[in-house]
Amino acid sequence: MADLSFTEEELEEIERLKDKFPTAKAATLRVLWLAQNKYGHVKDEVQRLVAETLDLPKAHVHGVARFYTQYYKEEKGKFVLDVCTCLSCQLCGGYDILHHLEDELDIEAGETTDDGMFTINEVECLGACGYAPMLQVTNGVYVNNLTKEKVDKLIKNLRNGNMPEFESMAMPELEKRNQAASE
Amino acid sequence: MAQDWKSFEPLLIPDIPNLEKIDVYEENGGYDALKEILNDQETWSRKSVVEEVKQANIRGRGGAGFNAGLKWSFMPDPDGGPRYLACNGDESEPGTFKDRKIFEYNPHLFIEGALIASYAMTVDTIYVYIRGEYLSWVEMLQDAVDDAYEKGYLGDDILGTDVSIDMELTYGAGAYICGEETAMLESLEGKRGYPRTKPPFPAQNGLWGRPTTINNIETLANVPLVINNGADWYGDIGAEEHPGPVLYGISGHVNRPGVYEYPTGVPVMDLINDVAGGIRGGKDLKAIIPGGSSTPPLRADQLDGVTMNSDSLKDVGSMMGTAGMVVMDEDTDMVEVLWRIAHFYSHESCGQCTPCRDGTGWLEKVLKKIKDGEGEMKDLDLLLDIGNQMEGRTICALADAAVWPVRHTINRFRDEFEERCKKSVHAVA
Ligand SMILES: Cc1cc2nc3c(=O)[nH]c(=O)nc-3n(C[C@H](O)[C@H](O)[C@H](O)COP(=O)(O)O)c2cc1C
Ligand code: SF4
Ligand code: FES
Repeated sequence: MADLSFTEEELEEIERLKDKFPTAKAATLRVLWLAQNKYGHVKDEVQRLVAETLDLPKAHVHGVARFYTQYYKEEKGKFVLDVCTCLSCQLCGGYDILHHLEDELDIEAGETTDDGMFTINEVECLGACGYAPMLQVTNGVYVNNLTKEKVDKLIKNLRNGNMPEFESMAMPELEKRNQAASE
Repeated sequence: MAQDWKSFEPLLIPDIPNLEKIDVYEENGGYDALKEILNDQETWSRKSVVEEVKQANIRGRGGAGFNAGLKWSFMPDPDGGPRYLACNGDESEPGTFKDRKIFEYNPHLFIEGALIASYAMTVDTIYVYIRGEYLSWVEMLQDAVDDAYEKGYLGDDILGTDVSIDMELTYGAGAYICGEETAMLESLEGKRGYPRTKPPFPAQNGLWGRPTTINNIETLANVPLVINNGADWYGDIGAEEHPGPVLYGISGHVNRPGVYEYPTGVPVMDLINDVAGGIRGGKDLKAIIPGGSSTPPLRADQLDGVTMNSDSLKDVGSMMGTAGMVVMDEDTDMVEVLWRIAHFYSHESCGQCTPCRDGTGWLEKVLKKIKDGEGEMKDLDLLLDIGNQMEGRTICALADAAVWPVRHTINRFRDEFEERCKKSVHAVA
């Protein structure tokens, strides 16, 4: 792979991230995020770039990249579907959703489709237990209250390049108020 | 307090549209507590703020229930160097999904609380650590922080006084353990989230070796309420030994899951039936997990008269935790549930301590065997035994958190586990 580098703009952003903390080391997580957003992963060569940019030992950056699950240590599909199967999602059919996705995309959790479009992961609680079952798209949008139909629609939309919108999950009490106001 | 929870008006997330906007927050009394303190520092000395909050007995909403003001009082006297408040927005305990409601609906209440806490402890920099998956909510909070800077509530010489406090937001990248307070400090320093051995405690030796206090987001959101209305008023809300409003996260087999704000001490059965609309499909209740995956489950027949506060839950052998209540109907397979919880802790153990790394792995393995119909009766005692070997022998409380559900689920649903083992291929007729 050709030599990787950050643009002037990215380097400015990195300076800003460093300024948040008293040490450059503290910016490690944030700069890894920046690098992943740029390259789509933080494989070895990206870790090296981050280490050099922050003037930190490669072993440190490697250790951090490995420790945190949201960093992609290998290339992933264009869309990564992180399906929660933890406690509340398990109770509400999270495994059915996972297996439905596996069937539809003809891959197993942890794998990427041949066309490079989708990766499916089984993940731990995403803090959306009241809206179970749910999944997250590529470390971004949460898609809640999944049904097989909702999953099928999501896949179709993603294939067409349409990301789902942010779903505000109202407090049920506020929801009642809003309903009353609109009636 | 038994019945009057129904007439309670929310305080943390009151029924005011667009409260996340700073103007709306101000119009509704927002930042008044901060102004009152900063404009009258003679009445509101730093010590007297700590004292008032201690009196109010805000019990930490991150799970351990420690008195917030008392924790603040552990900070050593200022020596002129940096001092930190680290706000815990990692929110990763299965069943817990309430702090992000504050980011979304009332971020300024949290910011104001963090500012008051910082004034009280002579903190100059606040770090807010949010789980990496909550990027959408990080952005919401960042908008609020930007507005607070613009209005002069954050930054240098706040409201024209000589008090200067900064707030920096940052986020993780997927690791439950970073919710443990010292792991969070490590992560803030840009490292792997390995919990630290205590002592030294963060108040002495926290971020970059400097005095640091860690509080949960919801804990800090309670602080302006205390300053505005007084410790006595606060103490009268909800259960006596554990007062105040709580964001209850209710999930699982209920008709209306979600986050609800009520005082502490609401009867568990009322929360399930009146608040969350009862069990889905008209089924019967089997069990609950009262406050996140680490709190021991309770059978339906144990819930008579039990209320959501630390003493009442302790009496029946469980805990308040994060008040994230998971509800399970009569058809729930407790073996599957316990295996999934064990899988979670095994996956999330940071691996520093052998009893935790190996123990959580074994718990999961043995439970998987039982769940897959290959368990033997003696495996149940093996599980309890592994748990006993783990508890209290590790750097942080994750190992304990993994053991409690195993021990209590097996003891409280023993028949179900034995039944599963009897049917297994190893059983001898
Ligand atoms: C394994 C583990 C995970 C934890 N996760 C969280 C968390 O996600 N959020 C949180 O506020 N506290 C969490 N805690 C509790 C914190 O260590 C700490 O007690 C809390 O943030 C202190 O704030 P409080 O006193 O205001 O509750 C966790 C503790 C352990 C042992
Ligand atoms: S108890 Fe477990 S999670 Fe906590 S420090 Fe030890 S190995 Fe890590
Ligand atoms: S259990 Fe799935 S979001 Fe919490």
